Amino acid sequence: MKRGASLFNVVAVAFGLAFLYLPIAILVIYSFNASRLVTVWGGWSLAWYRELLHNTALQQAAWISVRVAALSATVATVLGTLAAIALTRLGSFRGRMLFSGMVYAPLVMPEVITGLSLLLLFVAISIDRGFWTVVIAHTTLTVCFVTVIVQSRLVDFDRSLEEAAMDLGCPPFRTFLTVTLPLIAPAIAAGWMLAFSLSLDDLVIASFTTGPGATTLPIRIYSEVRLGVKPEVNAVCTIMIAVVAVSTIASSLIAKRGAARYQRAALGAQV
Amino acid sequence: MEPTQRGNARAIVLLPYLWLVAFFLVPFLIVLKISLSQTALAQPPYVPVFDISGGWAGLIEFVAGLSIDSFLLLFSDTIYLLSYLKSLQVACISTIILLAIGYPFAYGIARSPRGVQPLLVMAVVLPFWTSFLIRVYAWINILQRDGLLNDVLMRLHIIDAPITWLSSDSAIYIGMVYSYLPFMVLPLYATLQKMDESLLEAAADLGCPRWKSFWLVTVPLSMRGAAAGALLCFIPIIGEFVIPDLLGGSETLMIGQTLWTEFFSNRDWPVASAIAVTLLVLLLVPILFYERLQQSSLEGGR
Repeated sequence: MKRGASLFNVVAVAFGLAFLYLPIAILVIYSFNASRLVTVWGGWSLAWYRELLHNTALQQAAWISVRVAALSATVATVLGTLAAIALTRLGSFRGRMLFSGMVYAPLVMPEVITGLSLLLLFVAISIDRGFWTVVIAHTTLTVCFVTVIVQSRLVDFDRSLEEAAMDLGCPPFRTFLTVTLPLIAPAIAAGWMLAFSLSLDDLVIASFTTGPGATTLPIRIYSEVRLGVKPEVNAVCTIMIAVVAVSTIASSLIAKRGAARYQRAALGAQV
Repeated sequence: MEPTQRGNARAIVLLPYLWLVAFFLVPFLIVLKISLSQTALAQPPYVPVFDISGGWAGLIEFVAGLSIDSFLLLFSDTIYLLSYLKSLQVACISTIILLAIGYPFAYGIARSPRGVQPLLVMAVVLPFWTSFLIRVYAWINILQRDGLLNDVLMRLHIIDAPITWLSSDSAIYIGMVYSYLPFMVLPLYATLQKMDESLLEAAADLGCPRWKSFWLVTVPLSMRGAAAGALLCFIPIIGEFVIPDLLGGSETLMIGQTLWTEFFSNRDWPVASAIAVTLLVLLLVPILFYERLQQSSLEGGR
C-alpha cells in the first residue's frame, strides 16, 4: 500500500487534532477577554491576570501544589526506578506476583478508591491529614507510572554494555552507576516529569487525603468552577498550560529521542 | 547468583515493596474491614474499632461486631444499582465512541509520512500533560447555556433557541471522549505503526480490494492495540468523578459520584467502603485482563 495522504487519512487526523486543541485554544483566548461573559467579546485585556496578582488563596494553593508535586515526584522516581530494576533484572524472587500486581494496579485503579483507602489508612493509624499525607498519596499514585516508563527503557536497551563492564571486573553496583544509570537517565527524567504533572493535576485523591491548610490548586480551582465559568480561572489555566507546553517541548528537544516514546509506553502501548 | 548479589537484589526490591504494601495493599484491607462495619456517631464514625490491646477476647468481640448491612443496603436500595448501571452505560458508550473516533485518527497518523509521525504523536500526547481538570473545565466555556456552542449554532440558524448541553448525558460523553482520546489513540497507533506492510501489498497483489484487505488484515492485526486502548479508557471511566460532576446532571449519579457523596456529604464511611469494594469486584476482570496485556508486553520483552 502506498504510504501517504489519502484524503480520508488527512481528514481523520485534522479532525482529531481540532477536537483535541479547539477547547484549549478557546479557553486561552477567553482568558484575555475583557468581558466577563463568554459570548461577549469585550476586546483584549489582561484584567484577569491582574486579578490573579491579588488572589492570595489561589497563589497559596499553587505553591502548595508545586511543593507536593516536586516532593512526591522525587520519592516516586526513586521507588519507581528501583521497582523497574527489580522487575527487569532480578528474574524471579519471592512475592514477585504480588509485587508486579501492586506495581501495575494503580495505573488503572479508579481514583475514588485509591483516595478513600488511603484516607481510611491515615484515620486508622491516626495521622493528622495535611501536606504530608497528600505527598504520600501522590507518591503511591505515581510510582507505577515511573516504573512503566523506566522499565520499557530497561527492556529495550543493549545489555551487552553492562555485561562488558562486568567482564572487565567492574562490580555490579558500579556498573549500575556508570553504565546503566546514564543510559536510562532520559527515562528517569521523563518519569519524574510525568509524576510531577500527575500530582499537580490530581483532584480526587488530594481531596480525600488533604487536611486544613493544605488546599492544593486543583481543589481550589474545582471549588471555584463548580458554580460556573470564572475568567480568573481561565487565566490560571492558561498560565498552567503555557508552563506545561514550554517544559514539554523543551524537554523533548533536549532528549532528542523524544518523550513520546516513553509516553506511549506509559500508556501501555507496547502491546 | 552469588550470595552478595542476592542480598543486593533484596535491598533493591525492599523499598518499593514495603511502600506499596503499606500504602496500597494495607489500605485496601482497611476498606474491606470498614465496609463490614456499621456507622456510628463517633470518631472515627464507625464501629467496631479494632483494638489490639483487647487481645484474643477483643478480637472475637471485633469479629462478632462485623456485619454485612452496608452490602445489603447496596443491593436493596435502587439508587446504588442505578449508579452502577449508569457507570457501565457511560463507560460502554464512551468506549465505543472512542474507538470510532480514535481508530481513524490513529490510522491516519500511522499512514502519514514517517517524518511527520513523531510530531503528530507529540501533538496527541501534549494535551495529556495539561491538567485533566482544566480540559474538563474548558468544555464548560463551550457547553454552558450562553456558551459558544449555542452561540455558533444560533448564528448559523441551525437552532432557534439555546439547547441545554451542560448538565446532561451528552456533556458527559463529550467530556469522557475528549479526556480519554489520547489513551485510545496511542496504543492503536503503536500496533498500527508496527504492522508489516508487505502483508497489505501481498493482499493487493492477489487482487484484494483495499477496503477488504483493511477489514481482513489491518483490523485483526490491530486488535491488541484496540483491546489495550479500550481497557485503558473503560476502566477509569467507570470510576470517573470529575467529568460527570462538572459536566453531568444531577438525576442519575455515576458510581464515583455516589461514593463521593456517601463519604463527604452523608459521612457514611461503611457504605462508601462497601461501594468501593463492589466497584473493585466489578472492575476485577477488566483490570486482570489489562495487567496480562501489560506484563506480556513489558516483561516478555516482546
